[in-house]
Amino acid sequence: MPSSLAKIQAEFQFALLDPERPVPAGVVGPGGMADARRFAIHRNTIMIGLVEALEQRFPVTRRLVGEEFFRAMARAYAAVNMPRSPLMMHYGDEIPAFVAVFAPARSVPYLADVAALELAWSRAYHAPEAVPLGTDTIRSVLPAALIRSTLTTHPSLHRLRSPYPIGSIWRMHQDETDVEALEDWVGEDLLVLRPHAEVTVHILPPGGHAFVGALAGGESIAAAADAAIEEDGRFDLGHSLIDLFRVGGVTRIEPGNENKGAT
Amino acid sequence: MDRRTVNYALAIGSLTAALALTATPAPAQDTSKEKCFGVSLAGKNDCAAGPGTTCAGTSKVDYQGNAWTLVPKGTCVSMPVPGGRKGSLEAMTRDLPKT
Amino acid sequence: MPPRAGVGLKPVHYRTILDEGPDVGFFEIHAENYMGAGGPPHRYLEAIRSEYPISLHGVGLSIGSAAPLDRDHLMRLKDLVDRYQPGLFSEHLAWSSHSPVHMNDLLPLPYTEETLLHVARHVDEVQSALRCRVLLENPSTYVTFARSPIPEPDFLAALVRHTGCGLLLDVNNVYVSAINHGYDEFAYIDAIPVEHVGEVHLAGHSPSHDTAGRTLLIDTHGSAVSDNVWSLYAYALRRLGPVPTLIEWDNDVPPWEDLSAEAERAETYLRQARPRHGAEVGDAVVAG
Repeated sequence: MPSSLAKIQAEFQFALLDPERPVPAGVVGPGGMADARRFAIHRNTIMIGLVEALEQRFPVTRRLVGEEFFRAMARAYAAVNMPRSPLMMHYGDEIPAFVAVFAPARSVPYLADVAALELAWSRAYHAPEAVPLGTDTIRSVLPAALIRSTLTTHPSLHRLRSPYPIGSIWRMHQDETDVEALEDWVGEDLLVLRPHAEVTVHILPPGGHAFVGALAGGESIAAAADAAIEEDGRFDLGHSLIDLFRVGGVTRIEPGNENKGAT
Repeated sequence: MDRRTVNYALAIGSLTAALALTATPAPAQDTSKEKCFGVSLAGKNDCAAGPGTTCAGTSKVDYQGNAWTLVPKGTCVSMPVPGGRKGSLEAMTRDLPKT
Repeated sequence: MPPRAGVGLKPVHYRTILDEGPDVGFFEIHAENYMGAGGPPHRYLEAIRSEYPISLHGVGLSIGSAAPLDRDHLMRLKDLVDRYQPGLFSEHLAWSSHSPVHMNDLLPLPYTEETLLHVARHVDEVQSALRCRVLLENPSTYVTFARSPIPEPDFLAALVRHTGCGLLLDVNNVYVSAINHGYDEFAYIDAIPVEHVGEVHLAGHSPSHDTAGRTLLIDTHGSAVSDNVWSLYAYALRRLGPVPTLIEWDNDVPPWEDLSAEAERAETYLRQARPRHGAEVGDAVVAG
């Protein structure tokens, strides 16, 4: 039996999402007449709710371009990216990709990467709990065994790479105080994670991006060091490894195979 | 084990040895509210929690119309951006402070 | 669940609640805000749950959708029910999703036999998946359907009969809808099967007007409960007896003191309410 409820809801939704369309037939106010302002309450609630969800998830992106521009951009995003899930904490996953090709924002070339940092921040915030290992764990394993080991990285861990100093820009915009000029306008590789209650953001050292990426991909420490050196000859294995433990990025050490060297 | 692998072991070994010399005792298990919930200030939690759901309606009106005469007017305008200069990345020890 | 006044839990108040341990009957959470895997929302909720009863209020299941229920979402709700053991679970008589889009708003339903059978099927499905009684909330509405022959209280009463669900009587929604559609809010309360009401909601609304210039109230949850709604609440309590009553304040969330003052006002009404004859006060709805 074809459901008339399904048809009613399809038409209702169609009209809600296209402000050019009239109130659907049969949708009325008192007296049985269609009333555009009544129907608009739902249009407003949906669109403003989505725009506000994006404002809350991307506060620095918003501060960078200002409220008016951000809200208009968010509306443009929502027009083509309606939620597919009732979990508003996940709404806006495509914002960095959207901003990257959004012509009116071209004058702020680092905007999409800052949005990507905010997305990583919010994912880390809601990521599963896991207890990180302390640096003392490294001391308890002999170095020769340690380098053959593989590590489990924290489930909240995200890496980002940008040709812009997005971490420094982001930090500078945490409150409403005046922004200053950045002394070093250089690209930054970032590590975002939530080892305990709070999300932390760290700038990765040379080669750190490849090192953490390889470790997260299940490579041994030695193999990850190879990848890091290939990326940047200044890579410092000892410091990078200890720092990764120090920031809470490792939850498990798995001893490697004795016969298997670095590849 | 090839020579590079031995070098890696030495690099880690010398660093962990140095760490051991300067090691401070591990702090007692911190069960304070800061440990459990973080130190973000009251009032900022709402923001940190990100978008929440609501079952309310809004009395605000969503303005349509062509907004694309708009240009970014936030802090990006006052933040000087030197063009294209490249430099070295800072060490991870240059942590970004907590919000 | 104690027949006391509770408050909608907002992140901005987490710290105050844990630091000061205010005397509040219960806290209500929006289920969807606690469907992340981990992090501070769960850390705070666990700490608050260990001190207070919790009620779980879903805002995204879209029970009124013509399309099948989202099974993944139902499982996420089940996880929350298992983990936090809420004293009450409620959802809305409304729809939000028409596959694949979720509109993040509670949209109205035509009250027909077809809708009734459809919603009843979904309520059955939810109750058997969650193994607990659902309280269905009456919506606030701005538009209706030309063909919607069953009055809303009758529709709710029929759902109770078909499914054994309970009702969440949102007194502000009754008032808002009554003004918006020109019916008598007291007669609405009279028509509700009071013995099945497991919870009451109170919230603030904002006045606006429709195209014809008639008053249109919007259920904004952004201000104190209005005097008219307090009066209607007092009227409802005469029939209901004391029931858990929630203050909802979701937008422009005020300082804790203001919210707490609203809850205190509701408690004053609850203390004066006489238990309904034959009612079992404080019966839990979650089995096991």
